[in-house]
Amino acid sequence: MLLKKTKKLEVQIDEFLDKVLNGGLYLKQGIKYYLKKDSELFIDALNNLDTTENDADTLRRTIETKLYSHTLIPEQRGDVLGLLESADKVLNGCKEILFQFSVENPDIPQDLEDRFLDLADTSISAVECMISAVRSYFTEIQIVRDYINKTIFFEKESDKLADKLKRDIFERADIELSCKMHIRTFAVNIEKIADAAEDVCDRLSIAVIKRYG
Amino acid sequence: MAWFYLLSGLFLGWNLGANDAGNIFGTATSTKVLKYTTAVVISSIFVLLGAMISGYGAAHTIGELGDVNAIAGSFTVSLSAALTVFLLMKKGLVVSVSQSIIGAIIGWNLFTSSPTDIKSLAEIVFSWILNPVLAGIFSFAAYYVLIRILKKSKLHLLETDQHLKRLTILVIAFGAYSLGANNISKVVGVFMSSSPFTDIRITETFVITGMYQLFFTGALSIVIGIITYSNKTTETVGKRIFKLTPLSSISVIFGASLVLFLFSSTMIDKALNSVGLPSFPLVPVSITQAIVGGVMGIGFAKSGRYLNYKILGKIGLGWIITPLASAVICLIFLFIAQNVFNREVYKTFSFETNKEVIKQIMSAEIPVDYLLKNRDTTFNSQQEFRYYLSRLGYTKEDHIYNIFKIAKLEYYRIDSNYAKEKMSPNRYTQDQINSVKSLHNQSFNHKWMLINKLEMLSEDWQSLPAVYSNEYYNRELRIKLNTVCDYFYIK
Repeated sequence: MLLKKTKKLEVQIDEFLDKVLNGGLYLKQGIKYYLKKDSELFIDALNNLDTTENDADTLRRTIETKLYSHTLIPEQRGDVLGLLESADKVLNGCKEILFQFSVENPDIPQDLEDRFLDLADTSISAVECMISAVRSYFTEIQIVRDYINKTIFFEKESDKLADKLKRDIFERADIELSCKMHIRTFAVNIEKIADAAEDVCDRLSIAVIKRYG
Repeated sequence: MAWFYLLSGLFLGWNLGANDAGNIFGTATSTKVLKYTTAVVISSIFVLLGAMISGYGAAHTIGELGDVNAIAGSFTVSLSAALTVFLLMKKGLVVSVSQSIIGAIIGWNLFTSSPTDIKSLAEIVFSWILNPVLAGIFSFAAYYVLIRILKKSKLHLLETDQHLKRLTILVIAFGAYSLGANNISKVVGVFMSSSPFTDIRITETFVITGMYQLFFTGALSIVIGIITYSNKTTETVGKRIFKLTPLSSISVIFGASLVLFLFSSTMIDKALNSVGLPSFPLVPVSITQAIVGGVMGIGFAKSGRYLNYKILGKIGLGWIITPLASAVICLIFLFIAQNVFNREVYKTFSFETNKEVIKQIMSAEIPVDYLLKNRDTTFNSQQEFRYYLSRLGYTKEDHIYNIFKIAKLEYYRIDSNYAKEKMSPNRYTQDQINSVKSLHNQSFNHKWMLINKLEMLSEDWQSLPAVYSNEYYNRELRIKLNTVCDYFYIK
């Protein structure tokens, strides 16, 4: 009976992580369609991300309630909830960026488009590794460390890419300062997704130590 | 009045239930791994089972150390032990009833001039040291194995949690069983020779013996302690003494319980002896000290260098101070009970040193030169006899203990009808029963005389050579012989 309940909860935790992962992929797709000026597909990605984020919020609340009401994993509950909440922040960040694109319509020079795509790709890779790390925390704790290392690697890469991108933006003479400052914000926000993924991994490192000393 | 005297023992039992049961399920309930009510129900059932099924072994050792033979004496011994624990605990020492009850029994022995069985005492003291050390090793091993299994298994965290919950229930049940089996001896051990219970015959074959009733009452007092007061102590144990993860607490409780089980299980005894290994002494040990040992074992498993010398020092100090304090308090209380309240705190025995007694003492390899010069003397009290022996130059406690046992006058008269009624063919061989019956109407002045006679009449009463593989058989045989002697003892 109790195992059945936990099985359902296990599935819900997995679904939640799937949603965060999908959110990252929608962001990547959305940026790509924005840069390609394919507004129909961009809106589609934006709507998908919005729905995913809402579903993830509902799932997270359900998981939280179940963990408390069935007094499950009393020792790790705090850590697990913290992990899910911080993973949810990554998803919120993804949604905010795509909305920002939709609302502010940044004018990104064509020669920087690939650089933005690279940055988004690297940041989302960090998210993907973070999700794998969190999943392993639940099932195969010994490989969590590998995924944490990968996440940190991609976060550093995205830092470098964003830094280079920001410098290149401000070194240009063909665009206005206001425009430079505007597109800089997007580079910073995309980079922040990797930072948020790294924050999840920092929590995770502690949670792993706490679990088996 | 006899029932009133039992109260101090029951108070001790209540204390054990209230304090020590908290050690077993405190962490599980305070970390919400298990509901308090569930923990209480499981512990209560298994404490009862442990006490009734495996409680006799350790209780017998307590009885051997000091044969407290008057119920007012048992009351005083129990009360002194409880009071000592209460006072020393207030001083922050890691004390246990195990140490205080032993001290109090020695106090009774001193007061009554009864010699102490040094062999039993040495076994008990050795077990105090062995207890935390073994608990540490077992907890370390349990933790190491559990961690390895969990890390290798690819179970989901939630499933692992459910399995750990089940394991916690099992470990708590095992812990409660071991607590009942080992610690019931502290509650009823000193009442075994002066129990107010008599056998209740339900049917021709089904008899609830006085001993069983005594054990049941003692176990019930522990259970009442668990039900009425353990909620106060579990909070302390779970949160203050040691904050452990459920995994560590399972390992610690398992390690500590295993030690208690080893020190009370005749089954393990039998198994070890059957493969020619020495067995564990069946003695009461402290679960608190076992748990402290277990926590250190886990600490060692985690960091490899964790050893809290301060706590070790406190335990060591407890080993010395508790029995000493308890013995002194018991001496004072016995003096008051005897001289102020005019209570009989011990029964007086007579002793004789005739030719046969001296021959028997010689066969126990004790020098008898002095005794030979003063043959055929009778002594009317333990004090008189002890004074006489010390005047003759006997200083070794084990010599005095054995001389006391041999020279003690106890009267036995065999009745074949009573033998037929009491000696069940399920427990005794036909040869053993026949040998007892053949002594119909014969009287004996000493226990050893009856035993020697039985050994002569039947091979089934003879001990096997003293090697480890025969240890269990010989001990069981001794218990049977003592039971048979008790049947025909004339009070």
